[in-house]
Amino acid sequence: MTRYIMVADLRRCVGCQTCTASCKEANGTPPGVQWRRVLDIEAGEYPEVSRVFLPTGCQHCDEPPCMEVCPSTATGKRADGLVTIDYDICIGCGYCAISCPYEARYKVDKAEFAYGPSSVASEQLRFDPSKIGVVTKCTFCIDRIDAGTKAGKVPGIHPEATPACVNSCLSGALRFGDIHAPDSAVSKLVAENQWFRMHEDEGTGPGFYYLWDKGAL
Amino acid sequence: MRQIALAKRQGFWDLRAAGNFIGGGTGTGLLMISAAAGLAGLEVTIPLLVGMGFVMAGLSLVWLEIGKPWRALNVFFHPQTSWMTREGILAAPLAFCTLGFVATGYPALLVAVMVLAGGFLYCQARILKASRGIPAWKQPEIVPFIIAIGLAEGTGAFLALGGEPSAAWITTALVAGLARAMTWRAYGQGLLDSKAPAGTLECLGSSTALALRAVGLAGLSLILLSLFVLPQPLAALGGILAATSGWGVKALIVTRAAFTRGPSIRHTPIRGRGVSRTVEA
Repeated sequence: MTRYIMVADLRRCVGCQTCTASCKEANGTPPGVQWRRVLDIEAGEYPEVSRVFLPTGCQHCDEPPCMEVCPSTATGKRADGLVTIDYDICIGCGYCAISCPYEARYKVDKAEFAYGPSSVASEQLRFDPSKIGVVTKCTFCIDRIDAGTKAGKVPGIHPEATPACVNSCLSGALRFGDIHAPDSAVSKLVAENQWFRMHEDEGTGPGFYYLWDKGAL
Repeated sequence: MRQIALAKRQGFWDLRAAGNFIGGGTGTGLLMISAAAGLAGLEVTIPLLVGMGFVMAGLSLVWLEIGKPWRALNVFFHPQTSWMTREGILAAPLAFCTLGFVATGYPALLVAVMVLAGGFLYCQARILKASRGIPAWKQPEIVPFIIAIGLAEGTGAFLALGGEPSAAWITTALVAGLARAMTWRAYGQGLLDSKAPAGTLECLGSSTALALRAVGLAGLSLILLSLFVLPQPLAALGGILAATSGWGVKALIVTRAAFTRGPSIRHTPIRGRGVSRTVEA
Protein backbone atom coordinates (compact mmCIF):
# COMPACT_ATOMS: atom_id res chain seq x y z
CA MET A 1 0.00 0.00 0.00
CA THR A 2 1.22 3.48 -0.85
CA ARG A 3 2.63 5.64 1.95
CA TYR A 4 3.85 9.02 0.81
CA ILE A 5 6.67 10.55 2.82
CA MET A 6 9.04 13.49 2.62
CA VAL A 7 12.78 13.13 3.06
CA ALA A 8 14.91 16.11 4.04
CA ASP A 9 18.64 15.59 3.68
CA LEU A 10 20.06 17.94 6.30
CA ARG A 11 23.52 17.58 4.77
CA ARG A 12 22.27 19.17 1.60
CA CYS A 13 19.86 21.85 2.81
CA VAL A 14 21.44 25.31 2.53
CA GLY A 15 18.55 27.22 4.08
CA CYS A 16 17.77 29.17 0.91
CA GLN A 17 14.01 29.13 1.63
CA THR A 18 13.20 28.48 -2.02
CA CYS A 19 10.86 25.69 -0.91
CA THR A 20 9.07 28.16 1.38
CA ALA A 21 8.66 30.68 -1.43
CA SER A 22 7.57 27.98 -3.83
CA CYS A 23 4.96 26.71 -1.38
CA LYS A 24 3.58 30.19 -0.85
CA GLU A 25 3.37 30.75 -4.58
CA ALA A 26 1.75 27.38 -5.25
CA ASN A 27 -0.74 27.48 -2.41
CA GLY A 28 -1.38 31.19 -2.06
CA THR A 29 -0.93 31.21 1.69
CA PRO A 30 -1.42 34.61 3.35
CA PRO A 31 1.28 36.57 5.21
CA GLY A 32 2.50 34.78 8.32
CA VAL A 33 1.37 31.38 7.08
CA GLN A 34 4.18 29.09 5.98
CA TRP A 35 3.13 25.56 5.29
CA ARG A 36 6.76 24.76 4.39
CA ARG A 37 9.22 26.42 6.74
CA VAL A 38 12.99 26.12 6.97
CA LEU A 39 14.20 26.70 10.50
CA ASP A 40 17.66 27.98 11.27
CA ILE A 41 18.75 26.04 14.33
CA GLU A 42 21.85 26.43 16.45
CA ALA A 43 23.17 23.77 18.76
CA GLY A 44 26.12 23.68 21.12
CA GLU A 45 28.30 26.34 22.68
CA TYR A 46 31.27 28.21 21.29
CA PRO A 47 33.54 26.91 19.83
CA GLU A 48 31.60 23.67 19.32
CA VAL A 49 28.61 25.16 17.54
CA SER A 50 26.55 23.67 14.74
CA ARG A 51 24.09 25.43 12.50
CA VAL A 52 21.38 23.28 10.96
CA PHE A 53 18.70 24.18 8.44
CA LEU A 54 15.59 22.20 9.18
CA PRO A 55 12.76 22.06 6.65
CA THR A 56 9.54 21.36 8.48
CA GLY A 57 5.76 21.48 8.24
CA CYS A 58 2.93 18.99 8.56
CA GLN A 59 4.51 15.59 9.10
CA HIS A 60 1.49 13.65 7.78
CA CYS A 61 1.72 11.31 10.76
CA ASP A 62 0.73 7.68 10.91
CA GLU A 63 -1.26 8.46 14.06
CA PRO A 64 -2.13 12.14 13.71
CA PRO A 65 -2.99 13.68 17.08
CA CYS A 66 -4.79 16.44 15.19
CA MET A 67 -7.23 13.93 13.77
CA GLU A 68 -7.86 12.34 17.15
CA VAL A 69 -8.89 15.58 18.84
CA CYS A 70 -10.78 17.20 15.95
CA PRO A 71 -14.41 17.47 17.13
CA SER A 72 -15.86 17.93 13.66
CA THR A 73 -14.06 15.16 11.71
CA ALA A 74 -12.70 17.87 9.40
CA THR A 75 -9.23 16.41 9.78
CA GLY A 76 -8.91 13.06 8.06
CA LYS A 77 -6.27 10.70 6.79
CA ARG A 78 -6.17 9.01 3.42
CA ALA A 79 -5.01 5.49 2.72
CA ASP A 80 -1.84 6.89 1.14
CA GLY A 81 -0.90 8.59 4.42
CA LEU A 82 -1.85 12.15 3.55
CA VAL A 83 -3.54 14.03 6.38
CA THR A 84 -6.31 16.27 5.07
CA ILE A 85 -8.59 19.07 6.28
CA ASP A 86 -12.13 19.50 4.98
CA TYR A 87 -12.57 23.28 5.01
CA ASP A 88 -16.33 22.91 4.66
CA ILE A 89 -16.61 21.04 7.96
CA CYS A 90 -13.88 22.66 10.08
CA ILE A 91 -15.28 24.96 12.77
CA GLY A 92 -11.95 26.72 13.37
CA CYS A 93 -11.68 25.80 17.04
CA GLY A 94 -7.90 25.43 16.77
CA TYR A 95 -7.85 22.29 18.91
CA CYS A 96 -5.93 20.43 16.20
CA ALA A 97 -3.35 23.21 16.05
CA ILE A 98 -2.48 22.98 19.74
CA SER A 99 -2.47 19.21 19.54
CA CYS A 100 0.15 19.16 16.82
CA PRO A 101 3.66 18.68 18.29
CA TYR A 102 5.12 20.10 15.07
CA GLU A 103 3.36 23.49 15.10
CA ALA A 104 2.31 22.82 11.55
CA ARG A 105 -1.15 24.34 11.58
CA TYR A 106 -2.36 27.88 11.01
CA LYS A 107 -5.57 29.80 11.33
CA VAL A 108 -6.36 33.21 9.90
CA ASP A 109 -9.60 34.96 10.82
CA LYS A 110 -9.66 37.57 8.08
CA ALA A 111 -8.29 37.96 4.57
CA GLU A 112 -4.81 39.46 4.56
CA PHE A 113 -2.50 40.20 1.68
CA ALA A 114 1.22 40.82 1.40
CA TYR A 115 0.90 44.50 0.50
CA GLY A 116 -1.97 45.55 2.71
CA PRO A 117 -5.67 45.62 1.87
CA SER A 118 -5.25 45.45 -1.91
CA SER A 119 -4.18 42.09 -3.25
CA VAL A 120 -1.88 41.67 -6.20
CA ALA A 121 -2.90 39.61 -9.22
CA SER A 122 -1.28 36.37 -8.08
CA GLU A 123 -2.98 36.66 -4.68
CA GLN A 124 -6.35 37.33 -6.27
CA LEU A 125 -5.91 34.24 -8.39
CA ARG A 126 -5.09 32.03 -5.41
CA PHE A 127 -7.35 33.61 -2.77
CA ASP A 128 -9.73 31.05 -1.33
CA PRO A 129 -12.38 32.41 1.06
CA SER A 130 -13.06 28.89 2.33
CA LYS A 131 -9.68 29.03 4.12
CA ILE A 132 -10.67 31.99 6.29
CA GLY A 133 -11.69 31.12 9.85
CA VAL A 134 -10.58 27.52 9.54
CA VAL A 135 -7.32 25.73 10.19
CA THR A 136 -4.95 25.10 7.31
CA LYS A 137 -1.67 23.25 6.83
CA CYS A 138 0.65 21.65 4.30
CA THR A 139 -1.18 19.19 2.08
CA PHE A 140 1.93 17.75 0.41
CA CYS A 141 0.34 19.46 -2.63
CA ILE A 142 -2.39 16.87 -2.66
CA ASP A 143 -4.04 18.34 -5.74
CA ARG A 144 -0.85 17.94 -7.76
CA ILE A 145 -0.41 14.38 -6.53
CA ASP A 146 -3.96 13.43 -7.42
CA ALA A 147 -3.97 15.14 -10.78
CA GLY A 148 -0.52 13.79 -11.60
CA THR A 149 -1.24 10.20 -10.68
CA LYS A 150 -4.50 10.38 -12.60
CA ALA A 151 -2.46 11.37 -15.64
CA GLY A 152 -0.15 8.40 -15.13
CA LYS A 153 2.67 10.32 -13.47
CA VAL A 154 4.61 9.11 -10.44
CA PRO A 155 4.94 11.35 -7.35
CA GLY A 156 8.57 11.95 -6.58
CA ILE A 157 9.64 11.29 -10.16
CA HIS A 158 7.47 13.48 -12.34
CA PRO A 159 7.27 17.14 -11.30
CA GLU A 160 3.58 17.27 -12.26
CA ALA A 161 2.80 14.82 -9.45
CA THR A 162 5.30 16.10 -6.90
CA PRO A 163 4.92 18.77 -4.17
CA ALA A 164 6.02 22.24 -5.21
CA CYS A 165 8.63 22.51 -2.45
CA VAL A 166 10.38 19.36 -3.67
CA ASN A 167 10.32 20.52 -7.27
CA SER A 168 11.89 23.81 -6.29
CA CYS A 169 14.61 22.53 -3.98
CA LEU A 170 17.86 23.62 -5.60
CA SER A 171 20.16 21.33 -3.62
CA GLY A 172 18.11 18.16 -3.87
CA ALA A 173 17.64 18.10 -0.13
CA LEU A 174 13.91 17.54 -0.30
CA ARG A 175 12.65 14.33 -1.84
CA PHE A 176 9.15 12.89 -1.96
CA GLY A 177 7.65 9.53 -2.79
CA ASP A 178 6.21 6.22 -1.69
CA ILE A 179 8.29 4.61 1.04
CA HIS A 180 6.62 1.27 0.36
CA ALA A 181 7.82 1.21 -3.24
CA PRO A 182 11.20 -0.55 -3.08
CA ASP A 183 12.58 1.31 -6.08
CA SER A 184 11.49 4.77 -5.02
CA ALA A 185 14.15 7.35 -4.25
CA VAL A 186 12.80 7.92 -0.76
CA SER A 187 12.77 4.25 0.22
CA LYS A 188 16.38 3.92 -0.96
CA LEU A 189 17.45 7.08 0.87
CA VAL A 190 15.84 5.87 4.07
CA ALA A 191 17.41 2.44 3.69
CA GLU A 192 20.90 3.70 2.89
CA ASN A 193 21.24 6.59 5.32
CA GLN A 194 20.98 7.37 8.97
CA TRP A 195 17.95 9.41 9.82
CA PHE A 196 15.69 10.62 12.61
CA ARG A 197 12.13 11.78 12.82
CA MET A 198 11.13 14.72 14.96
CA HIS A 199 9.54 14.11 18.36
CA GLU A 200 9.51 10.39 17.73
CA ASP A 201 8.70 9.87 21.42
CA GLU A 202 5.19 11.22 20.78
CA GLY A 203 4.34 8.02 18.95
CA THR A 204 2.83 9.89 16.03
CA GLY A 205 4.84 8.14 13.33
CA PRO A 206 5.76 11.27 11.36
CA GLY A 207 6.13 10.92 7.60
CA PHE A 208 9.10 13.29 7.45
CA TYR A 209 12.56 11.72 7.57
CA TYR A 210 15.67 13.76 8.31
CA LEU A 211 18.87 12.31 6.89
CA TRP A 212 22.05 13.21 8.76
CA ASP A 213 24.71 10.71 7.67
CA LYS A 214 25.36 7.93 5.21
CA GLY A 215 25.12 4.31 6.25
CA ALA A 216 21.98 2.48 7.31
CA LEU A 217 20.83 2.65 10.90
CA MET B 1 25.35 19.34 22.86
CA ARG B 2 22.22 21.35 23.46
CA GLN B 3 20.02 22.98 20.89
CA ILE B 4 18.70 26.52 21.34
CA ALA B 5 15.14 26.44 22.61
CA LEU B 6 12.52 27.16 20.00
CA ALA B 7 9.44 26.70 22.18
CA LYS B 8 6.92 29.49 21.90
CA ARG B 9 3.66 30.40 23.55
CA GLN B 10 0.60 29.10 21.71
CA GLY B 11 -1.66 31.73 20.22
CA PHE B 12 -4.71 29.71 19.27
CA TRP B 13 -6.59 29.68 22.59
CA ASP B 14 -6.93 32.92 24.53
CA LEU B 15 -8.96 34.10 27.52
CA ARG B 16 -12.18 33.02 25.80
CA ALA B 17 -10.99 29.42 25.83
CA ALA B 18 -9.77 29.85 29.39
CA GLY B 19 -13.26 31.13 30.17
CA ASN B 20 -14.69 27.78 29.11
CA PHE B 21 -12.49 25.96 31.59
CA ILE B 22 -13.31 28.54 34.27
CA GLY B 23 -17.05 28.44 33.66
CA GLY B 24 -17.12 24.71 33.16
CA GLY B 25 -15.06 23.96 36.25
CA THR B 26 -16.87 26.32 38.60
CA GLY B 27 -20.23 25.44 37.11
CA THR B 28 -19.89 21.68 37.28
CA GLY B 29 -18.29 21.82 40.73
CA LEU B 30 -21.18 23.94 41.93
CA LEU B 31 -23.72 21.67 40.27
CA MET B 32 -22.23 18.59 41.90
CA ILE B 33 -22.20 19.95 45.44
CA SER B 34 -25.60 21.58 44.93
CA ALA B 35 -27.06 18.29 43.76
CA ALA B 36 -25.60 16.56 46.80
CA ALA B 37 -27.02 19.26 49.04
CA GLY B 38 -30.37 18.95 47.30
CA LEU B 39 -30.40 15.22 47.93
CA ALA B 40 -29.67 16.03 51.58
CA GLY B 41 -32.82 18.14 51.66
CA LEU B 42 -31.49 21.69 51.20
CA GLU B 43 -33.08 24.25 48.93
CA VAL B 44 -30.66 24.45 45.98
CA THR B 45 -32.55 26.15 43.19
CA ILE B 46 -30.31 29.21 43.07
CA PRO B 47 -26.96 27.37 43.26
CA LEU B 48 -28.14 24.98 40.55
CA LEU B 49 -29.16 27.80 38.25
CA VAL B 50 -25.95 29.70 38.92
CA GLY B 51 -23.91 26.56 38.26
CA MET B 52 -25.66 25.93 34.98
CA GLY B 53 -25.18 29.60 34.13
CA PHE B 54 -21.44 29.23 34.62
CA VAL B 55 -21.32 26.19 32.32
CA MET B 56 -23.34 27.92 29.62
CA ALA B 57 -21.28 31.11 29.91
CA GLY B 58 -18.13 29.05 29.40
CA LEU B 59 -19.52 27.35 26.33
CA SER B 60 -20.66 30.70 24.96
CA LEU B 61 -17.14 32.03 25.27
CA VAL B 62 -15.84 29.12 23.21
CA TRP B 63 -18.50 29.84 20.63
CA LEU B 64 -17.13 33.37 20.38
CA GLU B 65 -13.62 32.02 19.80
CA ILE B 66 -14.17 29.53 17.01
CA GLY B 67 -13.58 30.70 13.46
CA LYS B 68 -16.87 29.43 12.08
CA PRO B 69 -19.46 29.94 14.84
CA TRP B 70 -22.42 29.07 12.62
CA ARG B 71 -20.97 25.60 12.12
CA ALA B 72 -20.84 25.02 15.87
CA LEU B 73 -23.08 21.96 15.63
CA ASN B 74 -20.25 20.17 13.78
CA VAL B 75 -18.62 19.86 17.19
CA PHE B 76 -20.82 16.82 17.79
CA PHE B 77 -19.41 14.81 14.87
CA HIS B 78 -16.53 12.98 16.54
CA PRO B 79 -17.44 11.31 19.85
CA GLN B 80 -15.23 8.31 18.99
CA THR B 81 -12.02 10.06 20.03
CA SER B 82 -12.55 13.78 20.63
CA TRP B 83 -12.99 14.92 24.22
CA MET B 84 -14.31 18.23 22.92
CA THR B 85 -17.18 16.42 21.24
CA ARG B 86 -17.85 14.42 24.38
CA GLU B 87 -17.91 17.59 26.47
CA GLY B 88 -20.40 19.14 24.07
CA ILE B 89 -22.60 16.07 24.09
CA LEU B 90 -22.88 16.14 27.90
CA ALA B 91 -23.87 19.81 28.02
CA ALA B 92 -27.42 19.40 26.71
CA PRO B 93 -28.55 16.61 29.08
CA LEU B 94 -26.83 18.43 31.94
CA ALA B 95 -28.90 21.53 31.24
CA PHE B 96 -32.03 19.43 30.74
CA CYS B 97 -31.64 17.61 34.07
CA THR B 98 -30.74 20.77 35.99
CA LEU B 99 -33.67 22.75 34.66
CA GLY B 100 -35.86 19.66 34.96
CA PHE B 101 -35.16 19.44 38.67
CA VAL B 102 -35.77 23.16 39.16
CA ALA B 103 -39.11 22.79 37.39
CA THR B 104 -40.29 19.48 38.87
CA GLY B 105 -38.26 18.87 42.02
CA TYR B 106 -37.83 15.22 41.01
CA PRO B 107 -34.84 14.01 43.13
CA ALA B 108 -33.55 11.40 40.66
CA LEU B 109 -32.65 14.26 38.35
CA LEU B 110 -30.14 15.45 40.95
CA VAL B 111 -28.30 12.15 40.68
CA ALA B 112 -28.18 12.62 36.93
CA VAL B 113 -26.90 16.18 37.42
CA MET B 114 -24.06 14.90 39.61
CA VAL B 115 -23.03 12.24 37.11
CA LEU B 116 -23.28 14.50 34.06
CA ALA B 117 -21.49 17.38 35.75
CA GLY B 118 -18.70 15.03 36.82
CA GLY B 119 -18.45 13.75 33.27
CA PHE B 120 -18.32 17.27 31.86
CA LEU B 121 -15.52 18.24 34.24
CA TYR B 122 -13.60 15.07 33.39
CA CYS B 123 -13.95 15.86 29.68
CA GLN B 124 -12.50 19.33 30.24
CA ALA B 125 -9.48 17.85 31.96
CA ARG B 126 -9.02 15.35 29.13
CA ILE B 127 -9.34 18.09 26.51
CA LEU B 128 -6.19 19.65 27.91
CA LYS B 129 -4.37 16.36 28.31
CA ALA B 130 -5.05 15.44 24.68
CA SER B 131 -3.33 18.62 23.50
CA ARG B 132 -0.07 16.97 22.53
CA GLY B 133 1.53 20.15 21.26
CA ILE B 134 1.54 21.83 24.67
CA PRO B 135 3.69 20.10 27.31
CA ALA B 136 2.01 22.02 30.15
CA TRP B 137 -1.34 20.57 29.12
CA LYS B 138 -0.44 17.04 28.12
CA GLN B 139 1.22 16.44 31.47
CA PRO B 140 -0.74 13.50 32.98
CA GLU B 141 -1.11 15.25 36.34
CA ILE B 142 -3.22 17.93 34.62
CA VAL B 143 -6.27 15.66 34.81
CA PRO B 144 -6.58 15.38 38.62
CA PHE B 145 -5.45 19.00 38.90
CA ILE B 146 -8.19 20.40 36.66
CA ILE B 147 -10.79 18.22 38.37
CA ALA B 148 -9.62 19.35 41.82
CA ILE B 149 -9.62 23.01 40.77
CA GLY B 150 -13.18 22.63 39.50
CA LEU B 151 -14.31 21.02 42.74
CA ALA B 152 -12.55 23.69 44.83
CA GLU B 153 -14.11 26.45 42.74
CA GLY B 154 -17.55 24.87 42.86
CA THR B 155 -17.57 24.18 46.59
CA GLY B 156 -16.18 27.67 47.16
CA ALA B 157 -18.94 29.18 45.06
CA PHE B 158 -21.48 27.09 46.97
CA LEU B 159 -20.29 28.53 50.28
CA ALA B 160 -20.35 32.02 48.78
CA LEU B 161 -23.94 31.52 47.61
CA GLY B 162 -25.23 29.50 50.53
CA GLY B 163 -27.15 30.55 53.60
CA GLU B 164 -26.08 29.23 56.98
CA PRO B 165 -23.20 26.89 56.10
CA SER B 166 -23.13 23.56 57.88
CA ALA B 167 -20.00 21.70 58.93
CA ALA B 168 -20.59 19.09 56.24
CA TRP B 169 -20.39 21.55 53.31
CA ILE B 170 -17.53 23.47 54.86
CA THR B 171 -15.62 20.22 55.27
CA THR B 172 -16.35 19.30 51.65
CA ALA B 173 -14.91 22.61 50.51
CA LEU B 174 -11.89 22.06 52.72
CA VAL B 175 -11.24 18.63 51.24
CA ALA B 176 -11.60 20.02 47.70
CA GLY B 177 -9.20 22.84 48.51
CA LEU B 178 -6.66 20.47 49.98
CA ALA B 179 -7.00 18.21 46.96
CA ARG B 180 -6.28 21.19 44.74
CA ALA B 181 -3.18 22.08 46.74
CA MET B 182 -1.90 18.51 46.56
CA THR B 183 -2.61 18.04 42.87
CA TRP B 184 -1.03 21.42 42.14
CA ARG B 185 2.16 20.27 43.81
CA ALA B 186 2.10 16.97 41.89
CA TYR B 187 1.47 18.83 38.63
CA GLY B 188 4.39 21.17 39.20
CA GLN B 189 6.70 18.30 40.08
CA GLY B 190 5.56 16.40 37.01
CA LEU B 191 6.43 19.34 34.79
CA LEU B 192 9.88 19.54 36.34
CA ASP B 193 10.45 15.81 35.92
CA SER B 194 9.41 15.84 32.28
CA LYS B 195 11.57 18.88 31.52
CA ALA B 196 8.76 21.16 30.45
CA PRO B 197 9.71 24.25 28.43
CA ALA B 198 11.50 26.96 30.39
CA GLY B 199 8.72 29.43 29.64
CA THR B 200 6.17 27.12 31.24
CA LEU B 201 8.24 26.64 34.37
CA GLU B 202 8.95 30.36 34.62
CA CYS B 203 5.27 31.19 34.28
CA LEU B 204 4.16 28.68 36.91
CA GLY B 205 6.90 29.88 39.24
CA SER B 206 6.15 33.56 38.65
CA SER B 207 4.96 36.02 41.26
CA THR B 208 1.49 35.87 39.70
CA ALA B 209 1.33 32.11 40.20
CA LEU B 210 2.64 32.42 43.74
CA ALA B 211 0.06 35.12 44.51
CA LEU B 212 -2.71 32.88 43.18
CA ARG B 213 -1.47 30.06 45.35
CA ALA B 214 -1.42 32.40 48.34
CA VAL B 215 -4.99 33.52 47.63
CA GLY B 216 -6.10 29.90 47.42
CA LEU B 217 -4.41 29.05 50.70
CA ALA B 218 -5.90 32.15 52.33
CA GLY B 219 -9.33 31.02 51.20
CA LEU B 220 -8.67 27.55 52.55
CA SER B 221 -7.60 29.02 55.89
CA LEU B 222 -10.76 31.11 56.13
CA ILE B 223 -12.92 28.08 55.33
CA LEU B 224 -11.12 26.12 58.04
CA LEU B 225 -11.57 28.97 60.49
CA SER B 226 -15.28 29.16 59.70
CA LEU B 227 -15.70 25.74 61.30
CA PHE B 228 -15.02 27.40 64.64
CA VAL B 229 -15.99 31.09 64.42
CA LEU B 230 -18.24 33.28 62.29
CA PRO B 231 -19.24 30.52 59.86
CA GLN B 232 -21.35 32.68 57.56
CA PRO B 233 -18.99 35.50 56.58
CA LEU B 234 -15.77 33.52 56.81
CA ALA B 235 -17.01 30.57 54.76
CA ALA B 236 -18.44 32.89 52.11
CA LEU B 237 -15.26 34.93 51.91
CA GLY B 238 -13.10 31.81 51.86
CA GLY B 239 -15.29 30.39 49.12
CA ILE B 240 -14.91 33.49 47.00
CA LEU B 241 -11.13 33.36 47.37
CA ALA B 242 -11.07 29.64 46.53
CA ALA B 243 -13.09 30.22 43.37
CA THR B 244 -11.25 33.30 42.14
CA SER B 245 -7.81 31.80 42.71
CA GLY B 246 -8.91 28.82 40.62
CA TRP B 247 -9.99 31.12 37.82
CA GLY B 248 -6.62 32.81 37.88
CA VAL B 249 -4.75 29.51 37.79
CA LYS B 250 -6.71 28.33 34.77
CA ALA B 251 -6.23 31.60 32.94
CA LEU B 252 -2.52 31.29 33.63
CA ILE B 253 -2.28 27.68 32.45
CA VAL B 254 -4.32 28.21 29.29
CA THR B 255 -2.98 31.54 28.13
CA ARG B 256 0.46 32.09 29.67
CA ALA B 257 2.07 28.76 30.54
CA ALA B 258 1.09 27.12 27.27
CA PHE B 259 4.39 26.81 25.44
CA THR B 260 5.01 24.42 22.59
CA ARG B 261 7.83 21.88 22.58
CA GLY B 262 9.46 23.62 19.69
CA PRO B 263 11.13 21.86 16.77
CA SER B 264 14.17 19.79 17.66
CA ILE B 265 16.88 17.75 16.04
CA ARG B 266 18.55 14.59 17.30
CA HIS B 267 21.78 14.76 15.31
CA THR B 268 23.61 17.46 13.46
CA PRO B 269 24.29 16.51 9.84
CA ILE B 270 27.73 15.55 8.63
CA ARG B 271 29.05 18.01 6.09
CA GLY B 272 32.46 17.74 4.44
CA ARG B 273 34.97 16.35 6.90
CA GLY B 274 32.89 17.29 9.91
CA VAL B 275 31.42 14.96 12.46
CA SER B 276 27.87 14.60 13.65
CA ARG B 277 27.02 15.62 17.16
CA THR B 278 24.24 14.12 19.19
CA VAL B 279 21.78 16.72 20.39
CA GLU B 280 20.34 16.31 23.85
CA ALA B 281 16.59 16.05 24.17
